[in-house]
Amino acid sequence: MDAKEIIARRVALELRDGMLVNLGIGLPTLVARFVPKGVSVAFQSENGLIGFSAPPPEGMENSDLIDAGGGWIAALPGAASFDSVTSFALIRGGHVDLAVLGGLQVDAAGRLASWMIPGKFTPGMGGAMDLVAGAKRVIVAMQHAAKNESKIVETLTLPPTAARRVSLIVTELAVIEPTNEGLVLRERAPGVGMSDIFDNTGARLIVPENTPEMPLSSD
Amino acid sequence: MSKSAITPEAAAALVFDGASVMIGGFLGVGSPDRLIDALVSRGARGLTIIGNDTAYPTVGVGKLIEAGCVARVEASHIGTNATTQRLMSVGAIDVELVPQGTLAERIRAGGSGLGGVLTPTGVGTIVAQGKQVVEIDGASFLIEKPLRADFALLRAHEADYCGNLTYRLTAANFNPIMAFAADCVIAEPDEIVPVGVIPPDAVRTPGVLVTHLIARAHC
Repeated sequence: MDAKEIIARRVALELRDGMLVNLGIGLPTLVARFVPKGVSVAFQSENGLIGFSAPPPEGMENSDLIDAGGGWIAALPGAASFDSVTSFALIRGGHVDLAVLGGLQVDAAGRLASWMIPGKFTPGMGGAMDLVAGAKRVIVAMQHAAKNESKIVETLTLPPTAARRVSLIVTELAVIEPTNEGLVLRERAPGVGMSDIFDNTGARLIVPENTPEMPLSSD
Repeated sequence: MSKSAITPEAAAALVFDGASVMIGGFLGVGSPDRLIDALVSRGARGLTIIGNDTAYPTVGVGKLIEAGCVARVEASHIGTNATTQRLMSVGAIDVELVPQGTLAERIRAGGSGLGGVLTPTGVGTIVAQGKQVVEIDGASFLIEKPLRADFALLRAHEADYCGNLTYRLTAANFNPIMAFAADCVIAEPDEIVPVGVIPPDAVRTPGVLVTHLIARAHC
């Protein structure tokens, strides 16, 4: 199981029956593959759809039906389509229960940076700023480090996506919860030792007495 | 109430060099492809394009970027178009990145006679620079100004002779909002149907907002 699959399988356990969920582009979209049995959620795509599923069979794609990453999707029975004002009223208005987003950095205050590296990479924020501002719960699903540099830092060195503190950080090494007191280490990935986590984390971690192993969705 | 149907070439001749132009679409889905091709053929120059993204270099708005028609872009995301990013980095195109929900609401405000919108999106980020922050019941909001343009170029599914429009699935996106926010609104439908074929409840853009329809493609 690679790092991305570990992250996606752990995030999937945060899904609850009946939730409206928005998955960001990239790693977060993998979460849809591991929805636990017995849990039914609706996925929103911010380009204007609630209720979509895996890509249609090859050759049966509809030219008016894509997800926010530009991939072909199929609409499920009960799906609803809408314009961009409605889509972001759902997002900003707190109607989205859970947003799962990728990240470049998260800091000790729980702030996320996800949309630009000044001078190097400026894709734009797309819907990410609205999602962090408005979703009821925000989970950052990202690899713990990139190019040997921790993505969990004391203070952001990249432009923040929002001032808000995110709800949870899930990496291939650990589950970390930002709190008023700082970043609390909640779980460690299977086979990962405490020193692996400390060596790869650029911010102070609060370590409770008990740090259980991360459960993973087996579905 | 009947509209005239004009060719994409005639429409492209109306869109003068230096004009501000809203173009519907999300990564090319729901963009008026024949109108875009006609603007490229005409050799339009100095356009300000307002839309969600700049799609891909050979798709949708990306064709206008590639052909050198564009001086300025207001969009939420340019990450799928390396040409836009390159032209921005060398200063050949001016790009303003706007959060997607904010872009939608600014266009709505511009088309609905509002003086702007208050949004929590962007508070505490680069987006807030130079903008007024107001407190309402203890929460912070940015004042975002309304957005209008000289032209709105829309893609619709059906149009009737009165200019009433319908959209399909994720091809609606910004189109119904932009229909309110430009001095001249040109809609390119997949097909034109007689009055009465679109029931009143199915109309998503009332025909009074539409200035011209694009005539069907001749075989």
